[in-house]
Amino acid sequence: MTEVSGKNGKAGRYDAIVVGAGHNGLTAGAYLAKAGLKTLIVEKNDYIGGAAVSRELHEGWTYSNCSYVCSLLRPEVARDLELGRHGLQVIPYEGGATFLNNGDHFGSYAEHNAFRREIQRHSPIDADAYDRYSRYIMRQCRFIRPLLLRTPPDPVSMRPKDLQEMMFLLKRFHDLGAREMADMLRFWTMSVGEFLDEFFESEVLKAHFAGSGIIGTGLGVYSPGTAYVLLHHYMGDVDGSIGAWGFTRGGMGGVSKALSLAFMEAGGEIVTGSGINHFLTENGQVSGVVLDNGDVYEASTVVSNMDVRRTFLEHVEEGELDGDFIKAVKRFKIRGSSGKLNIALDSLPDFPALPPNSILMQGDMHASESLDELERAYDDWKVGKWSEEPYFDMLIPSQIDPTLTHPGKHMMTVFVQYAPYELAGGESWNGPARQAFADTVINKIARHSPGFRDKIVHMEVRTPWDIENEVGLTEGNIFQGELTFDQLLFNRPVPGYAQYRSPIKGLYLCGSSAHPGGGVMAAPGANAAREVLSDMGRAAVGNGVMGRAA
Amino acid sequence: MSVIKKPAMKGVQRGLSPTPFHDFLAPMNLEQSWMDWAGFLSPRHFESIESEYFAIRNQATVFDVSPMRKYRIAGPDALTVMNRLVTRNVAKMRDNRVAYSIWCDEDGNVIDDGTVFRFTATDFRLCCQEPQFSWLNDVAWGFDVEIVDESLDVAGLSLQGPTSYAVLKAAGFNGVETMKPFDIRHFDDGVTVSRTGFTGDLGYELWVPNDKAAALWQHLFAAGRIHGLKPVGYEAVEMTRIEAGLLLPGKDFQSSHHALRSTRGRTPFELGFGWMVDFGKGHFNGRRALLKAKETGPRYMVVGLDIDGNKPAYDALVYHRGKVEAGHVTSALWSPTCKRNLAFAMLKAPYGIGVTDDLFVEIYRDKEGKWEKGLARARIVNRRFFDYPRRAATPPALY
Repeated sequence: MTEVSGKNGKAGRYDAIVVGAGHNGLTAGAYLAKAGLKTLIVEKNDYIGGAAVSRELHEGWTYSNCSYVCSLLRPEVARDLELGRHGLQVIPYEGGATFLNNGDHFGSYAEHNAFRREIQRHSPIDADAYDRYSRYIMRQCRFIRPLLLRTPPDPVSMRPKDLQEMMFLLKRFHDLGAREMADMLRFWTMSVGEFLDEFFESEVLKAHFAGSGIIGTGLGVYSPGTAYVLLHHYMGDVDGSIGAWGFTRGGMGGVSKALSLAFMEAGGEIVTGSGINHFLTENGQVSGVVLDNGDVYEASTVVSNMDVRRTFLEHVEEGELDGDFIKAVKRFKIRGSSGKLNIALDSLPDFPALPPNSILMQGDMHASESLDELERAYDDWKVGKWSEEPYFDMLIPSQIDPTLTHPGKHMMTVFVQYAPYELAGGESWNGPARQAFADTVINKIARHSPGFRDKIVHMEVRTPWDIENEVGLTEGNIFQGELTFDQLLFNRPVPGYAQYRSPIKGLYLCGSSAHPGGGVMAAPGANAAREVLSDMGRAAVGNGVMGRAA
Repeated sequence: MSVIKKPAMKGVQRGLSPTPFHDFLAPMNLEQSWMDWAGFLSPRHFESIESEYFAIRNQATVFDVSPMRKYRIAGPDALTVMNRLVTRNVAKMRDNRVAYSIWCDEDGNVIDDGTVFRFTATDFRLCCQEPQFSWLNDVAWGFDVEIVDESLDVAGLSLQGPTSYAVLKAAGFNGVETMKPFDIRHFDDGVTVSRTGFTGDLGYELWVPNDKAAALWQHLFAAGRIHGLKPVGYEAVEMTRIEAGLLLPGKDFQSSHHALRSTRGRTPFELGFGWMVDFGKGHFNGRRALLKAKETGPRYMVVGLDIDGNKPAYDALVYHRGKVEAGHVTSALWSPTCKRNLAFAMLKAPYGIGVTDDLFVEIYRDKEGKWEKGLARARIVNRRFFDYPRRAATPPALY
């Protein structure tokens, strides 16, 4: 993504500045630029995209270095910003499997009949239970999806807009009916393990589904709040197929690239290669940014795509903020819990557990066979170790996407849970630990794929420390903050500041620390832009994001 | 409690599976027109829908009903479990009888309908459209029964039409003449015959273990040829089931286990199934909610409609006095036998209950590339549109 070039200037005055060219920063920037604001995006890296990037680290192989699959990206945003015309293509994938230590597997077929037969193979009762489970999840999706592009109401405000939004929320809640209301409250607060135990008896099936409840989360499958994290991974869609995930052609950088093209077409400028040093403020009002290289850009509106911790604890003068606010930001949970391997493969790996040429290989593959195993993996994390038996979410997008590498060669992305931000005994990640972590994962993959090691041409290993250092996510938390109920809706990121604004006038948050949270969703960015424009007295842009500004 | 069968194989078959009758069906299916019925290859039609429809109403036909879900509920508490499941009183059934029934969730909304086969007070079979294995196990929790999913073990042929009795006689099913509607009779080679069907006509359903299915088919067709026996597909059966006034879950109402919107559930009263609810038999699933629902009255009503003109009112909206939306059509056809334009509609109270006059349906017609909209008058009528005495005559007429 280094080909993106903005106008490089040492100083300048803008209507709005966005700090961070992650996908939400680009989204916010694109909406602001389309509304006619002279908008600048500053980015610390030499490339844009934040955690939605495609990089060629080994010649001939393009990795989706951080985020790796797409489902949550709001279709309204894609439409408003014409991301299709700007080259974005998301191809839904089918399949997925969990490998068992006895040589069998659990296959996740997109095809209803095959999936039913597969569940039946493991547990006849679970085959029917899956239909009830799906309906349950879909009902939750129906409730939450319309909230994603709306600004959460301030529950104590008496302003008409907040009251209206509160009414909207309450009405939707009320419309669920008594049983669904009760279900929802349970669901948003319970653990994914207990939730799955209520529906299913098959251990492997539960383990297969439970992964979505812990990905990116510093919690175990039996920790309260993880059921919601599962929902967070189900509520997206690919072209209306709810719960489906897809590969972005060209890797996840394709999302950022399309967003940046929309931004620049609307007249936006991007400056890469130097991060923000601090926000400039005057009398509690933001007035611009000073970059690490000394460049100064002025604007009375600055939108931070950085997480809430980084924004306020590292780049705002402490004296500008109340102690209570700082305390609330400090206690915002943003724990690193995951790592990633990006692997260039000489050829397609074998997985003898699967039927020959199985479509299951084209989806997400795992090798955690029970909730117990997953809970133990979490135990390691609690004491500052990476999981001895890690959970991984492993995909080979090059089976579908011809742009990633040469024909016959393959790119594999392996998301790994758990890896702590701070290792026990103060050991540094930036040393032998990184390779030892990778070896743990590779050994587990190789158990299910003989000869796997020999196929590796190149590998990028990313620990929470690497993710923090490179992407800028505090502790390497991929969601810019845990997606637990205490940090959602009007409590995200901190109570009183859920409407993208901050104690500093003119300084907004547009990253995943804000509602509705993480994932390549573009919702926080779009919502923040809407609030910015509302404060300026300007009309919102686009037909998709027509949700009311708070 | 439940019998778990784990096939030992690597992975599963993708796509649609053949039924035990597939080798006979395939060559007769001239257009290779198949549909997915519960993961099986099910014929949509063989030659023409029209010829198959008239075969059901005029001679004898077979429809492969093997994809139906079949569950065996057996054990000392089988009767108790069945009565806990369904709204009808299974204790009132005699042995070797079938009863059409429905079952509800805790809110009194219908989950599915199906046929209850009572072999004895300790041995039942439930035949239905949707998978119910996990639900049955939930209902049976704490009771002494064994629940076996027989769906993949038992094949079924629905033999329907005025000469179906003649076919059975010719095939040597002795004693079939004394079978009354809903009777069950057991024959050699594991063949069980019930006088049931989905067409509202004279007819039987034949149930057989998979490995005996081919023999049954050959035997029936050898005997049935001179009686006009032919296979039919879903499309023709669909026409006859509407004529017979039978509702189809997923089409005429939504199973409460599938509806995403909690308001889509319907009580038996709203589907015209109030007669199947027996409050006197003790507790059953949904009883409390249904007592309340009976008191408050139905929120909706499924009605049969007789519509002016001859254009079927597929997916039409129903209006009161041509203005106020009263509901929508769920199934429709021009009935070649009744010579009427018929439909089922789901109306929202008070329409179909207190207000039954001045109803119209909105019908779109494609007139060679030009769409025209018209309002046709609709009258609420008994939805058992086709009701010939031959259905229930015992012994049946030997054509």
